[in-house]
Amino acid sequence: MPVFYGLEITSRLMLGTAQYPSPAILAEAFKRSKAGVATVSVRREAGHDRAGQDFWSLIQKLGVTVLPNTAGCHSVREAITTAQMARELFETDWIKLEVIGHADTLQPDPFALVEAAKNLNQEGFKVFPYCTDDLVVCEKLLTAGCRVLMPWGAPIGSGLGLNNPYALRSIRAHFPDVPLVVDAGLGLPSQAAQVMEMGYDAVLLNTAVAKAGDPAIMAEAFAKAVDAGALAHKADPMLPRDMAAPSTPILGKAFL
Amino acid sequence: MKIIVNGETIETQKNTLADLLIELERAEDRIATAVNKTFVPAKARDTLKLLPGDRVEIVAPRQGG
Repeated sequence: MPVFYGLEITSRLMLGTAQYPSPAILAEAFKRSKAGVATVSVRREAGHDRAGQDFWSLIQKLGVTVLPNTAGCHSVREAITTAQMARELFETDWIKLEVIGHADTLQPDPFALVEAAKNLNQEGFKVFPYCTDDLVVCEKLLTAGCRVLMPWGAPIGSGLGLNNPYALRSIRAHFPDVPLVVDAGLGLPSQAAQVMEMGYDAVLLNTAVAKAGDPAIMAEAFAKAVDAGALAHKADPMLPRDMAAPSTPILGKAFL
Repeated sequence: MKIIVNGETIETQKNTLADLLIELERAEDRIATAVNKTFVPAKARDTLKLLPGDRVEIVAPRQGG
């Protein structure tokens, strides 16, 4: 099972808490996903609304490790201040660092991301950077002190799956000892299995479960997919080949 | 004095962030705060003096991906 900053997690599935039809469905989805980590955010409460207080109670009952994010931040300063507020709010130094650089694709700004990561690591945070699948950016994030990398599969909420399997394989090959998580863009359990077959440590997703017709069933499907993919990786899959190779023995075939 | 809390202008006579949170009935809630884009830890709210035009942010745990 994955170990992040010295803490072993009981599942290879990390699940977001947003966009569920109801708190009850969220709780059921988490139960069936067996997810070990839940991502959360910090936001204003409108007027006399106290939804955040109720949400906090719900999260505590899930029995999962909480990973706050800096979603929606577009600058280094914004991300750092959000992280500082999240650390106090959730009583954790874990932070999923998002610094968005493009409004349409929600693509991380790699330059601001590295700068924010460096600052936060120096402040004692344990940074989980949501990054592109650029090998050089990943290297700079490690140099900045990150001990986990979370490259995207595809843009957040797109459900496109793995846009660039080559880049993801390349990151795995170059950083064999760094915990790697594909974060964002997954739409189907088969895509999560593909990530695990590559030897990744975990997947992080939200929309694929929350926006499914039945989030709880989809959560279970993803749980089974990550387990299957991890087993497949452990089993050392065969190499693909262009030409056919008969599986049934030729020897002993009747002469007809 | 007038200050801005979560984007809304309000009138208050409270001089510290801690007193403002009591006035807003938020002191007992699980919240985090920032003033003028700088994080203010809970332990510093007593000594954080508010000035006219200050922008106060009060955030709470919410759903996230």
